[in-house]
Amino acid sequence: MSAPTGPPPTANGTDPGVWQRIFDFTDYGELLALVHNSLLAGALLGLVGGLVGVFVVMRDLPFAVHGISELSFAGAAAALLAGVNIVAGSIVGSLLAAAAIGLLGVRARDRNSVIGIIMPFGLGLGVLFLSLYQGRAANKFGILTGQIVAVDTPQTAWLVGTSVVVLAALAVLWRPLTFASADPDVAEARGVPVRALSLAFMLVLGLAVALCVQMVGALLVLSLLVTPAAAAARVTTSPVLLPVLSVLFALVSMEGGILLSLGSSIPISPYVTTLAFLLYLACRLVGSRRAAGTARAVPVAERPGVPRA
Amino acid sequence: MRRTDVPGPQPRPLRTERVAHTAGEGDAPAVSLRGAALSYGERVLWSGLDVDVRPGEFLAVLGPNGSGKTSLLRVLLGRLPLTAGSVAVLGRPPHRSGGLIGYVPQQKAPLAHTPLRARDLVRLGLDGHRWGLPLARSAVHRRVEELLDSVGALPYADVPVGRLSGGEQQRVRIAQALATDPRVLLCDEPLLSLDLQHQRTVTDLVDRRRRTAGTAVVFVTHEINPVLGPADRVLYLAGGGFRTGPPEEVLTSAVLSRLYGTQVDVLRVRGRIVVVGAPDAASPHHAARPNGAAPP
Repeated sequence: MSAPTGPPPTANGTDPGVWQRIFDFTDYGELLALVHNSLLAGALLGLVGGLVGVFVVMRDLPFAVHGISELSFAGAAAALLAGVNIVAGSIVGSLLAAAAIGLLGVRARDRNSVIGIIMPFGLGLGVLFLSLYQGRAANKFGILTGQIVAVDTPQTAWLVGTSVVVLAALAVLWRPLTFASADPDVAEARGVPVRALSLAFMLVLGLAVALCVQMVGALLVLSLLVTPAAAAARVTTSPVLLPVLSVLFALVSMEGGILLSLGSSIPISPYVTTLAFLLYLACRLVGSRRAAGTARAVPVAERPGVPRA
Repeated sequence: MRRTDVPGPQPRPLRTERVAHTAGEGDAPAVSLRGAALSYGERVLWSGLDVDVRPGEFLAVLGPNGSGKTSLLRVLLGRLPLTAGSVAVLGRPPHRSGGLIGYVPQQKAPLAHTPLRARDLVRLGLDGHRWGLPLARSAVHRRVEELLDSVGALPYADVPVGRLSGGEQQRVRIAQALATDPRVLLCDEPLLSLDLQHQRTVTDLVDRRRRTAGTAVVFVTHEINPVLGPADRVLYLAGGGFRTGPPEEVLTSAVLSRLYGTQVDVLRVRGRIVVVGAPDAASPHHAARPNGAAPP
């Protein structure tokens, strides 16, 4: 008899308020005009994050990304306290961490220990600097969780400059770095400077992390530098399609996050991370469907030694 | 057997097959070791090693684990310096031989996580060492197809490397190693964890290559039987010493017993060789003993 007519009355009272805080599209047009800087920055980050992420996944470096971002956070906090450029601070912190990890952790096992040691140290320093800082609390929160709307023109110049450096470095390193990442033994035999490339990539990664820290914050960098590429790797192994999809996913997460968060008072990061995560889930689903459907397009007869099913 | 192409920076040859090469007497050795020694601290892996590998020759490097077989390949690749003696590949220091050396590694697990297809792995062997972006060129694409076809890997060219079987992976590996049309092919335990049929396929591919293109082959393995057919000569490393010669001369109870310093029996059963009594790992020797090189 009692057909479900809607949510219970208690929820009715609170729901609209919460949802309106999360999604608020009043005066959207006017807001949009204010954030074209942020949209540009977001596009750059999507490009950088998507491309660098390809190698983060290939080289199995997500933990390094996390470690570098904590020191980037410490650098930004130090800069905030000292009253100097925050972007520069986070870049210095990132590069120091990346160099330390690159030099001390050549082998994967050493690397993880080195990161595990550097990360809490960086986080501790960051907390110290933030505690000493007397300014606006929103500035502190922004370093950890990102605040896209805070992107102003001088900051954009930094972002653009660093992005150009990262993209140029990737363009030069792309082929040998792929070789060294996917097939280090043969690459070394072929004369590819595997160790030097490893260090060079750590520095590129350091810059990319510093960029992402500005937008999504130190805690959520992984969602730009790992999730899009990992999602793309679920659905393709083509060396062309993989970076293209990775960039596409990063762009959708980033720009989608900016657009969704515009009207609300909530930081951008939950929007970006949620979008990235949903994309990853979708790719996993597609990937496993495909794997189950067409296990291998190769006729069994072509493969000697494989028992016929 | 006239080879006029000058090694070094050269236009990539687009054809693999060459005029059948006969390893003539006048050919300079492709690989040459003179008085070569390698030791890690006190431990001498081998010393006084004099080995030449002529173009088109198949040298099987045998021996127990830890006898320095893989280290020998690292020396030939220029990745490891000799403790004493000299090494030349194609008449020059090995690290300067670049694309003239092809390398087939052990089949290993890490490839399972590699987001690359078979054709991409072959392509890396072709131009992966160059700076810049891998722009698609039709000549490169054709060459990759050709290489895959030459090892019978074309049917799975677009399958991710991680999803290939061990035997399929090694076929692709050989195509990758041959991408630059090398004159020396170094194989590091390419038969590891392959079943008998795939072991034969891999050795046959390597054998065919050296016969058709005159490529010198150094083939490291601890499985004797798959290489008994193609091997012209054997380099047996054990106990800090070595012995080279045709398989039937080296693989005898007397020679191996002397190398290992203990009684070793070499049995021939239905065309296969079984070595009984050889210690599993090389025992460390602290001084270079008068190496097992007996007069040929």
